[in-house]
Amino acid sequence: MSDHAAGDAVPEVDESRRKFLVAATVGTGAVGAILTAVPFVASWKPSESARAAGLPTEVDLSKIEPGQMSTFFWRKQPIYVVRRTPEMLASLSNHDGELKDKDSKESEQPDYAKNAQRSLKPDVLVLIGTCTHLGCLPKTRFTPNDATVMPNWPGGFFCPCHGSKFDLAGRVVNGSPASVNLRVPPYSFSGDNTLVIGVDAKEKGVA
Amino acid sequence: MAAVIEGKSTGFRAWLNKRLPIDQFMADQLTGYYAPKNFNIWYFFGSLALLVFVMQIVTGIFITMHYKPGELTAFNSVEYLMREVPYGWLLRYLHSTGASAFFIVVYLHMTRALLYGSYKAPRELLWIIGILIYFALMAEAFMGYVLPWGNMSFWGAQVIINIFNTIPGIGPDLVEWIRGDYAVADATLNRFFSLHVIAMPFLLALLILLHLVALRQVGSSNPDGIEIKEKLGPDGKPLDGIPFHPYYTLKDIVGVGLFLTLFAIVVFFAPTFGGLFLEHPNFEPANPMSTPEHIAPTWYFTPYYAILRAIPDQRLGALAFACSVLAFVFLPWLDRAKNKSIRYRGLASKILLGMFFVVFLTLMWLGLQPAQPTYVLMARICIPLYFGFFILLPFVSKADGNGPVPDRVTYHAH
Amino acid sequence: MRTKFSNVVGVALLALAGGAWANEEGHAGWQREAGNQITNLASLQRGARNFMQYCSGCHSLKYMRYSRLADDLKISDELRDTLIVKPGDKFTDYIKTSMPEADAATWFGKVPPDLSLIARARGSDYLFNFLTTFYADPTSRQTGVNNLQLPGTAMPHVLASLQGVPAAVFRNVETRGEDGKPIPSKEFEKFEAGVAGSLTPAQYDEFVRDIVNFLQYVGDPSQVDRQAMGIWVVLFLLLFTGIAYLLKKEYWKDVR
Repeated sequence: MSDHAAGDAVPEVDESRRKFLVAATVGTGAVGAILTAVPFVASWKPSESARAAGLPTEVDLSKIEPGQMSTFFWRKQPIYVVRRTPEMLASLSNHDGELKDKDSKESEQPDYAKNAQRSLKPDVLVLIGTCTHLGCLPKTRFTPNDATVMPNWPGGFFCPCHGSKFDLAGRVVNGSPASVNLRVPPYSFSGDNTLVIGVDAKEKGVA
Repeated sequence: MAAVIEGKSTGFRAWLNKRLPIDQFMADQLTGYYAPKNFNIWYFFGSLALLVFVMQIVTGIFITMHYKPGELTAFNSVEYLMREVPYGWLLRYLHSTGASAFFIVVYLHMTRALLYGSYKAPRELLWIIGILIYFALMAEAFMGYVLPWGNMSFWGAQVIINIFNTIPGIGPDLVEWIRGDYAVADATLNRFFSLHVIAMPFLLALLILLHLVALRQVGSSNPDGIEIKEKLGPDGKPLDGIPFHPYYTLKDIVGVGLFLTLFAIVVFFAPTFGGLFLEHPNFEPANPMSTPEHIAPTWYFTPYYAILRAIPDQRLGALAFACSVLAFVFLPWLDRAKNKSIRYRGLASKILLGMFFVVFLTLMWLGLQPAQPTYVLMARICIPLYFGFFILLPFVSKADGNGPVPDRVTYHAH
Repeated sequence: MRTKFSNVVGVALLALAGGAWANEEGHAGWQREAGNQITNLASLQRGARNFMQYCSGCHSLKYMRYSRLADDLKISDELRDTLIVKPGDKFTDYIKTSMPEADAATWFGKVPPDLSLIARARGSDYLFNFLTTFYADPTSRQTGVNNLQLPGTAMPHVLASLQGVPAAVFRNVETRGEDGKPIPSKEFEKFEAGVAGSLTPAQYDEFVRDIVNFLQYVGDPSQVDRQAMGIWVVLFLLLFTGIAYLLKKEYWKDVR
């Protein structure tokens, strides 16, 4: 048996109150849903382990011969460290017309690497060894005038996947699918012979 | 008869509806589906069970991104999740509390069925599908508990799998086949991982879908146990029915809010719940050479565990254990009353059902205690009472449940 | 609420849930509560220092990083590097022990367990009682000490220099076995002062309480943050439920 007899008058429906309450409920619910999503999305961020493994890498420069490159890892990325010879440095100014981003305006590097040599010290080049096209490891082609790369090749890097070319400062050459220069990571020097990849020289106050 | 959709839709909505029966579905299942208007608090737990299922799937998906199955990596990967993954501790506690919450909700859902005779004709198959969900859920929870590879994970698995040894003839071979090794080991852990993450969730999803379809087919019962479809109004709708949307969608949202509040209190302030939801021995890695002081399964299994443990004969104990779970299947046929709901049965029925609830909870508590003589004795007293409920039900219900029932449902505005 | 059968069942279940929450195990006479407070930052900091000085020689905390510890307990970088991080370890390393397992097994008969989760597995009270109930037992124990919380423990009384080594007084009691026959046994009566240590009993209790507090933190480092977050979550959910309830009531006016 029901509370009300069949003949009771039905009270009028307050539409505006209903609209308001629906809006309030949906609004609060939406806020709740977004807040709930936060921990799930955050759980994808690098964990403590990843961050601990991402500590700076120290490199003993005296172990790299001039003209040679060694590869190290920092934050799981390959880092190319090249001891540049005076000849290599001289070759940097002879092909300005071929460079897509000569002044590194579109490329990624710390402020102290936004120069023609793209480095803090001219004789040490530090690059992230990941092609800025789609991520392969560029190979070294340091010998100038290597015809297998291109005519008047200044010397630099050649990416085997899709043919991107970079000079001995990591600057991208015309005709490459890549559009920006190879990235430079934050780094600094500790003493004359130690390169510290991952510690920004600017933050350290030495650049 | 399909519900009639009011008005015509235009634009994107029309485009969509020409290709998928969205509006028709909403009309049939929500605004056009009439449910009894006298649902009380016991009727929240179906929708809450569905909510917990979805929560377990979502949290489970995210946990699986970090968990590493394997006897050398599982325990460490759980601690990695708890300490190093941003909000990993929250994912873990949501999932572990969710498991216990699932059983609390399901047990309350089943209590409603017992109180109001929801298992009686024409809802017998609905009930049986529900019991199958219960079995699948127990398997899912059991395997999930093994995955952290703590000491209780290991020993709980060892003890429960050994029960299958008692099956005549095939027992020992079956046990070795389940384990994939001569004792619970890496092989067992890895297969449980696959079953827990993929196979059982699919099975559960299928069973839950069938459960909802079966419910939709016969319509919901109600606390008075009278069929609302027998009294239709001039518009062809049940006089005592109301459209599921907006009335029960809105009411269920309130239920969800209350449930999540209680759930959050546990997750954030008492995730181990005194060792009931996350047992203390499981914070030590699995050690085949050291059994925890008292092995107890998680609380939701303990009623049946108490029965198993109390019977001195291993084979009979296992048989009683199996029968105590299977007995539920036969309820629709054991109950011979004309009236569905306990409201319209006599005192004898109320005493019998009340006794069953008390015995079930007592057995649950007993299963958590150590295997000392007093507790074993108490369990031995409870066992005949437990089975007595099922055995006496045909007689008590036949005698007691045939009185007059009201014409229309009892409804008080709220 | 009316005395319907279903209402009786519901209330009984709620009462039971409350009872389950409040249930606690009984304590033997000598057992005390740790009484540590996980929100007491100073206590946690002292506990970290105490642990590294006295316990980390044998016990690792292999799931805990120094960096996390220092961040959570607000220990400065200098203090972290001098007092907490072991020589040779990086500050992001896990806290391991330098004792080789094989040697430990030879010297103590057991490998000292990792303690990252000990507070979750055994509880704070257990740990507090373990560290405060060592007593002299030169005749029956190779280490010269025994322990009331864990009789026969292989661990020596590492903190003896601080607590000293108390003497335990036992009295003879007679218990009856299952067959009714008397079994002579000993029951602990009280501690007596034995060899003195550098701390008073109250100071020693505080010292141990700090370690136990620290170990409880290590067991579940997120617990303080978790509780702070929980308050907001529950408040928000109550707000949402309240609004949803008003909405429900408004529409249910239609139902008569």
